[in-house]
Amino acid sequence: MSKQADSLQIANVSRRRFLKGMAGAGALVLAVRWTPSFAQDQEKAYGADAMPNGWVDDPNVFISIDPDGTVTVTNHRAEMGQGIRTSLVMVVADELGADWDRVRVEQAEGNEKKYGNQNTDGSRSMRHWFEPMRRAGAAARTMLEQAAAQQWSVPVSECKAGVHTVVHQPSGRALGFGDLAEAAAQLPVPERSTLQLKPASEWRYIGKNSGPQPDGKIGQRPLAIDGEEIVEGRAVYGADVRLDGMLYAVIARPPVYGAKLGSFDDSKALKVPGVVKVVTVGGQPIAFNPLGGVAVVAENTWAAIAGRNALSIQWDNSTAGDNASYDSIAYRKKLEQTAKSPGKVIREKGDAEAALADADRRVEATYYMPHLAQAPMEPPVAIARIVDGKAEIWGPVQNPQATRDTVAGRLGMDPAKVTVNVTLLGGGFGRKSKPDFVVEAADLSRQFGGRPVRVQWTREDDLHHSYFHAVSLDHLEAGLDGEGRPLAWRHRTLSPSIGSLFGPDPKHKGEFELGMGFSTMPFDIPAIRLENPEASAHVRIGWYRAVYNLPHAFAIQSFASEMAAAAGRDHRDYLLELLGPARKIDPRDFGDSWNYDENPQLYPIDIGRMRAVVEKATEAAGWGREMPKGRGLGLAVHHSFVAYTAVVLDVEVTDAGDVIVHNADMAFDCGPQVNPDRIRSQLEGACVMGIGIGLHSEISAENGRIQQDNFHQYQIPRMSHAPRNIRVHLINGGFDEPLGGVGEPGMPPVAPALCNAIFAATGKRIRRLPVGDQLRS
Amino acid sequence: MSTINTTINGKSEAIQDVDPSTPLLWVLRDHLGLVGTKYGCGIAQCGACTVHIDGSPVRSCSTPVSAAQGKSVTTIEGLAVNVGALTAVQQAWVEHDVPQCGYCQAGQIMSATALLKANPNPSDADIDAAMSGNFCRCGTYPRIRAAIHSAAKAQRGEKA
Repeated sequence: MSKQADSLQIANVSRRRFLKGMAGAGALVLAVRWTPSFAQDQEKAYGADAMPNGWVDDPNVFISIDPDGTVTVTNHRAEMGQGIRTSLVMVVADELGADWDRVRVEQAEGNEKKYGNQNTDGSRSMRHWFEPMRRAGAAARTMLEQAAAQQWSVPVSECKAGVHTVVHQPSGRALGFGDLAEAAAQLPVPERSTLQLKPASEWRYIGKNSGPQPDGKIGQRPLAIDGEEIVEGRAVYGADVRLDGMLYAVIARPPVYGAKLGSFDDSKALKVPGVVKVVTVGGQPIAFNPLGGVAVVAENTWAAIAGRNALSIQWDNSTAGDNASYDSIAYRKKLEQTAKSPGKVIREKGDAEAALADADRRVEATYYMPHLAQAPMEPPVAIARIVDGKAEIWGPVQNPQATRDTVAGRLGMDPAKVTVNVTLLGGGFGRKSKPDFVVEAADLSRQFGGRPVRVQWTREDDLHHSYFHAVSLDHLEAGLDGEGRPLAWRHRTLSPSIGSLFGPDPKHKGEFELGMGFSTMPFDIPAIRLENPEASAHVRIGWYRAVYNLPHAFAIQSFASEMAAAAGRDHRDYLLELLGPARKIDPRDFGDSWNYDENPQLYPIDIGRMRAVVEKATEAAGWGREMPKGRGLGLAVHHSFVAYTAVVLDVEVTDAGDVIVHNADMAFDCGPQVNPDRIRSQLEGACVMGIGIGLHSEISAENGRIQQDNFHQYQIPRMSHAPRNIRVHLINGGFDEPLGGVGEPGMPPVAPALCNAIFAATGKRIRRLPVGDQLRS
Repeated sequence: MSTINTTINGKSEAIQDVDPSTPLLWVLRDHLGLVGTKYGCGIAQCGACTVHIDGSPVRSCSTPVSAAQGKSVTTIEGLAVNVGALTAVQQAWVEHDVPQCGYCQAGQIMSATALLKANPNPSDADIDAAMSGNFCRCGTYPRIRAAIHSAAKAQRGEKA
């Protein structure tokens, strides 16, 4: 990121924020900001530079120090379990030289002008913020050292920050951070080019407790910053915010996507004790807008739920088009038919059709992945109030700035008049990057004269009105030579696009959707043809953890196993041959100029790293060993979010057809590992969630209505489904590589590894997810 | 609307103006402000709302408040005897960095606490049986299992 310093702008930065307690004194705090200047620099922006509102590294924005030495670090990214409130604070604390026990975290409100980009998705938080947060910490440390030098009238070069103190090295005199805070706050922020970042050898928190899984041992790393509050029930999630005079709302929304309210009878609802009023909420089935419907507003949540149960509503499907007849089984069959004909060509190498025709042997398979709902344990919930023409929001939102803008749009307000307080998220997984539920609360508060209103989604609401993971159908054909070597590969992928959420249905996947493991398929095969036939959307489609990587990896990694079986070869050996020799591929050579918005020269598709995770996972799992009857090892590898994951699952299929996942070995390479234990826990979680996708989870529709009402029908993994052992092997953690993603890339290879293991155990091939009862006789 | 007399986290409560069929969960959260107990499904599937009534784990989303009449209710806020002093289970949760998002963990801890009270040395199968009604979407199950074993060990150590 060195070239970024060129167009640095520093504008009237007040330093008062640095001193705790003066932040609220009306001090104007402007961010030091790098502004992309495309006119001067024809180079495309990548990484954090490519994000709306970029990044900020001003210590005055992120760090304040109390006179008693307490260091408060502002975390501006949403915390949904990925541990960013701990990990980014570790980075700042390390560069600053702060003692972990004297550091606290404060959550930023939604304000990208001040904080830089806050949209917490795409596995980007650490990838984009490691360097700015290091610089913020280093700048604050330098200011403390300068303040000490002034106080002692000595050269600053003789003053060095230790742990929470600055020491004058020749004399041994020392001053605590708290003693220096006020003087440091008066100093200018040092020029970025003058900052001295600490060498890794001086880090006390970053990267600690790395290496093999500590097998139950408790490491010395900083523990999660919110851990104690969570286990005591004191941590505040969106649902936990309580305001005086607050009303509680539950909303009935149109069951069919695009339908609208016809008529309703609220006479019974109004008789429910505690129900205050029944009102309508306007909706628009596009982007982050609410779906609309009928809101029961009450004195408590239970009255609102009971009131809604007593509503009688006629929905009008006339605006829903053929969504009203959407049947997910019929739709799958339609996709199967469509997949028989060629589609829009995405990538072509050699003459795949001719090579397929000439092949000694052809392998063919069709894979299906259903709709999924993110189903975070905390269903969507938000609180809004409007006072003196200003709106205030409390909610578990992944994208606070989009929340602010969407609420402002709904209320006809300047976004500057909307304050978004970001609570902890009780899970996100992509669902809470869409603030439709917050807009509902804002709309209702306005209808009640600005009174605080909490909108609570029930689990039924969450499953019926998710932004669903799109259904996907993938048809693959391969041609093998007489030795079983691959000659040709043809892959047709069909799936509604998230583009359908934002405008006219494009019916084809966009570049970023194809770039999630489809156009970027890395196998070294002489002839390749990748096609994307048409598929239209009939429900609300949105991001789900790892997004289109899930079906692409499921299809490609299952099919590699099928090819190996057809060739009579060991799957691991065959997979390594498909990957080919270690090399770095520029994704643009595959027609993908998206590359997770990262610079393809810094972040090529590195086949050497893919091979390394395959080798590590298989070695750790004892690949090739004799397995008991009914038990097998399954392998899959995938590159996503500029990180590399290979998974081997040890799976038993019982005589009754039950699947038991005994062990998992996950080899993961995300480059630098800032908080290795949290990386491990993210991978453990991805393993469990991936097993759920493989075994149980499915959202289906009939007559346009979602058929799963609650967790008795939408199955998610339980304790008994989790492997007894999930061994996460973190490799290649050197800080000379650029940072990769963590939250999502663990997911995609899990379901194909599961199905490959089922094949190894039973000889039965699962091509339609979830496994469900397909193995029961 | 009768009065429900109950004890919540050691404190006597006379709950008034509440329909006795109201789920205990919403009385705890909305009426008493004890928001550590979470809503997850409303149909006793996910376990996020688990509390103890007279020491036994119940799903408060599907338990009418009337069931607490004359009984003693413990929520996550009242689990530790002293504020700030963690129980062995809570301590193990912190040390294993069990929580990811943390939303389900109050329910997990209440179930695990009840399990260890009934069975001080649970096997993995015992843990599966006792904990499979508590969902965690983040997938913290391996760490929950490790933390339960760890807490069991610590509790046995205390007794010894």
